[in-house]
Amino acid sequence: MKDFNYHSAKDSKEASKLASSSSAFLAGGMTTIPSMKLGLATYKDLIDIKNIKKLSGIKVSGKSVTIGAATKHVEVSNSKDVKKAIPSLSSLAEGIGDPQVRNRGTIGGSIANNDPSADYPSACIALNATIHTNERKIEAVKFFKGMFETALKKGELIEAIEFQIPEKSSYQKHPNPASRYAIVGVYVAKHKGDVNVAVTGAKSCVYNDKEMSKALSGNFSSSSIDGMDLDSSEMNTDMHASAEFRASLVVTQAKKAVDAC
Amino acid sequence: MASLVGSRVERKEDKRFLTGKGRYTADINLANQTYAIFVRSPHARAFIKKINIDKALKSSGVVSILTGKEIADDKIGGLIAGWAIRSEDGTEMKCPGNPPLAKDNVNFVGDPVAVVIAESLAEAKDAAEKVEVDYKVLKAVTSTADAMNGDTIHEGIDKNLCFDWLLGDRQKVKEAFDKADKVISIDIINNRLIPNAMEPRACVADYNAASEEITLYTTSQNPHLSRLIMSAFGNVAPEHKLRVVAPDVGGGFGSKINVYNEDIVCSWAAKKINRAIKWVAERSESFLTDIHGRDHVTHAELAVTKDGKFLGFKNETIANLGAYARVFGTVTPTYLFGPCATGVYEIPAAYTNVKAVYTNTAPVDAYRGAGRPEATYTIERLVEKASMELGIDKTELRIKNFPTGFPFKQTLVHTVDSGDYVAGMEKAKQMADYKGFEARRKESEAKGKLRGIGVTSYFEACGIAPSAAVMSLGCGVGLWESAEVRFNPTGQVTVYTGSHSHGQSHQTTFAQIAADELGVPIENIDIVHGDTDKGTFGMGTYGSRSLAVGGIAIVNACKKIVEKGKRVTAKMLEANPEDVEFKDGEFIVSKSNKKKTIGEVAFACYLPGVRDEMKSPLPEGDEPGLKETSFYDPSNFSFPAGTHIAEVEIDPETGHVKLEKYTACDDFGRIINPMVVEGQVHGGLAQGIGQALYENAEYDETGQLMTGSYMDYTMPRADNFPEFNIGYTCTHATTNPLGVKGCGEAGAIAAPPTVMNAVIDALGGQEVTMPATAEKVWKACKNLKKSNTKAA
Repeated sequence: MKDFNYHSAKDSKEASKLASSSSAFLAGGMTTIPSMKLGLATYKDLIDIKNIKKLSGIKVSGKSVTIGAATKHVEVSNSKDVKKAIPSLSSLAEGIGDPQVRNRGTIGGSIANNDPSADYPSACIALNATIHTNERKIEAVKFFKGMFETALKKGELIEAIEFQIPEKSSYQKHPNPASRYAIVGVYVAKHKGDVNVAVTGAKSCVYNDKEMSKALSGNFSSSSIDGMDLDSSEMNTDMHASAEFRASLVVTQAKKAVDAC
Repeated sequence: MASLVGSRVERKEDKRFLTGKGRYTADINLANQTYAIFVRSPHARAFIKKINIDKALKSSGVVSILTGKEIADDKIGGLIAGWAIRSEDGTEMKCPGNPPLAKDNVNFVGDPVAVVIAESLAEAKDAAEKVEVDYKVLKAVTSTADAMNGDTIHEGIDKNLCFDWLLGDRQKVKEAFDKADKVISIDIINNRLIPNAMEPRACVADYNAASEEITLYTTSQNPHLSRLIMSAFGNVAPEHKLRVVAPDVGGGFGSKINVYNEDIVCSWAAKKINRAIKWVAERSESFLTDIHGRDHVTHAELAVTKDGKFLGFKNETIANLGAYARVFGTVTPTYLFGPCATGVYEIPAAYTNVKAVYTNTAPVDAYRGAGRPEATYTIERLVEKASMELGIDKTELRIKNFPTGFPFKQTLVHTVDSGDYVAGMEKAKQMADYKGFEARRKESEAKGKLRGIGVTSYFEACGIAPSAAVMSLGCGVGLWESAEVRFNPTGQVTVYTGSHSHGQSHQTTFAQIAADELGVPIENIDIVHGDTDKGTFGMGTYGSRSLAVGGIAIVNACKKIVEKGKRVTAKMLEANPEDVEFKDGEFIVSKSNKKKTIGEVAFACYLPGVRDEMKSPLPEGDEPGLKETSFYDPSNFSFPAGTHIAEVEIDPETGHVKLEKYTACDDFGRIINPMVVEGQVHGGLAQGIGQALYENAEYDETGQLMTGSYMDYTMPRADNFPEFNIGYTCTHATTNPLGVKGCGEAGAIAAPPTVMNAVIDALGGQEVTMPATAEKVWKACKNLKKSNTKAA
């Protein structure tokens, strides 16, 4: 690892001010630190945001659950309020990585990184989330731009994620046997008007599967998507799963999710 | 005094391991030490055109940068194959040179070309990035099956063929096949594995200019053997000026048998710079440069009668050696593989032919089971297929071909002294509720799942092995083991063993043995190992040999102590030595109440005199002191055996294989510590099941390792396993005084075919290669659905 300057910001304003083209915000560091250790990323400045009090915590209202960006996965999975309001979100958090990762990794970090196999982005899409930054509010569908790419501008800091409480929801993951990241993860959420079927792991970026959403909005039953032959042309192929297998898994996991709702 | 052998004595080593007080090589820091980083080839095959170290030398903190040129100039020798194999045509195997630092060409990704030594690790790393190596990249050979058709990797080694070896009689086999009603044939791949010891390799080398002695702390399973190789072949230092210490070692599984490039380079360089050097592998280096295991491509055939008697067996295998032949690299796919490939069956005619090939991949060598997992996989997949094709129950077919008695003269090499294969099978079936399987299968079916059951009966040759036998087959050393039992004057005992514990619990098991033999409380016995300065010599630990060879050396040394004790007691108590009996730590003169404790005898041996009397307790011819040594050379291998049964449930929609039940009924002979044996069985099973369902080392066409981290190499985890159902039949070995056989490798040997037989059973007999990953199984399920639809 190359030398860098470490800063601990006391508020978002200071964090933002310290940011430059050769800096990175440090929350849990679950991706940033390994990348630096492996020499894949080098930064002049690391700006630690863990100590910004405002960024941690969970608030539940009648319509939404708002989670501070620096809230750890373990805090989300252990929160009785989250478990009551959106149980699938709590179990998603419980299934991220391993205990060490869950005790350090944060929701904001996961979303800002936008790993194509990460779990949280699918929750944001399925639960019509709004990403609150120090500058603006961004709808989830406009936030995730592509592989490891988001709508965040340099120095822009996620402060909280606001999830809409659905009528029913479930997240089902087919994990990579080695890394336990999602080969395919499907987050199904039934809201008043429509159904979202957010898919992670299958393509270069999380997306809402329109075809399944439509079918399920008409009839919220796994039979309405059973045997659906999804287009696999944009799906990922790697040593663990071909695009064809992923396309099949998306339907299987979506069916499981609907049945679990 | 109650016997400790056979009881669940708590592990003496646990206190230090569980409280973080273990002392591993990376824990060792010497005054004024430097740090080494190796510059490694990023290419699988290339010529080294030029190495420019100018910029790197100017980097901060650099002490020295050494390359293949310096090591060649200093006439430091290369790494070696420890076993000479002869081809069927009588020619000797062909091995390339393997310098510790590559000089002219590199042959796998990770092959070291230079070492950077600096004041700190960070400075060494920074400087290593500045070493400029100009490569001419060549086309790599990576496929085992096609290696013989690839470009020649090593000059003068045609077809990349190290040897073309035959064991058995082709003509007899042909005759047997001519008489057969049916021939069952199979094409299988034994997938390549990476051992993944929990502790990565490491070494710390120190040079004492005053004594001209090099001390190397290293992660080795066999420090004396390492010293011998480094001295005799590496030319690092004469044996008496080289001390090798392997302190606590966190797992080996065969991957720490070899002397590695880093051991030789750091030892040599420490003398050159006259400072200590520390090197600790990063996990990615372990993936790239630790020896890998398995990697066979096999075609095998079994000739049978229609009622299921086995008549003949053919085995044509291509074994991948990787880039170079290493210590056990050539024996693993030959003498550790071929003899066991006919399994636990009486097969009148058999042969195994192995073509060992070089490829541009990491060297392949002995990994837990070494040859025997590959052999067992071959025969047990074949037998399972025969049972399907003949319509004979898989357990009945096996029993039908078990040997009729013991000793069992196995087809190719071994004479198995003891066992009861039928009893093992019957017990395993009972433990697994074999009879109830059909009902469980129906339950699974009702849930839309596929259920399969798989069986394996295995034997293995371990406790490696009689020196005369192995040396006649090409082994470069004899595989005896040594022990020294030393009493202190005040009665405690130190046992030096040439075996090496890197997870095997020797400190406990060996102390149990010595405690029983000597009648000394186990608390008063220390087991010492892993330091060439502390014992005469030792061959080390591999091939499940610690107990069956190293343990017997301890027994024999203890027996010598007792013999001397009897003589001394007789002198002290004025009796005939023949009248002295030894029991529970006491020497008793028979038909009298006169006795001496072993502690009193030890004291007398060290303080052989009495005040005011000119009198010695030592008989004429006996010297003072109480220390005995044994070099035990076994008369035969030992032959653990058993039957394992697995049940899997498959979700046809996702291809997920769930291992529902796993039953292991093993015959390890006498068991010294059941708890330790359970640990060994669990670990072996985890690795064997890992091979069947999860692990796979994969190279791409250019020779890049695709599974170079835990993100892609699937190490099994606890939640992948059911609770193991473990049982034993204990027929004592007749070839050693303890009746022990060895248990370290059994799980890794039996589990792959057991699990795969169950998976393939669930899939209606469709072949799937290891590891049976979700996608492969999903595809097979789709085929099954198609063929079922067609049939309907």
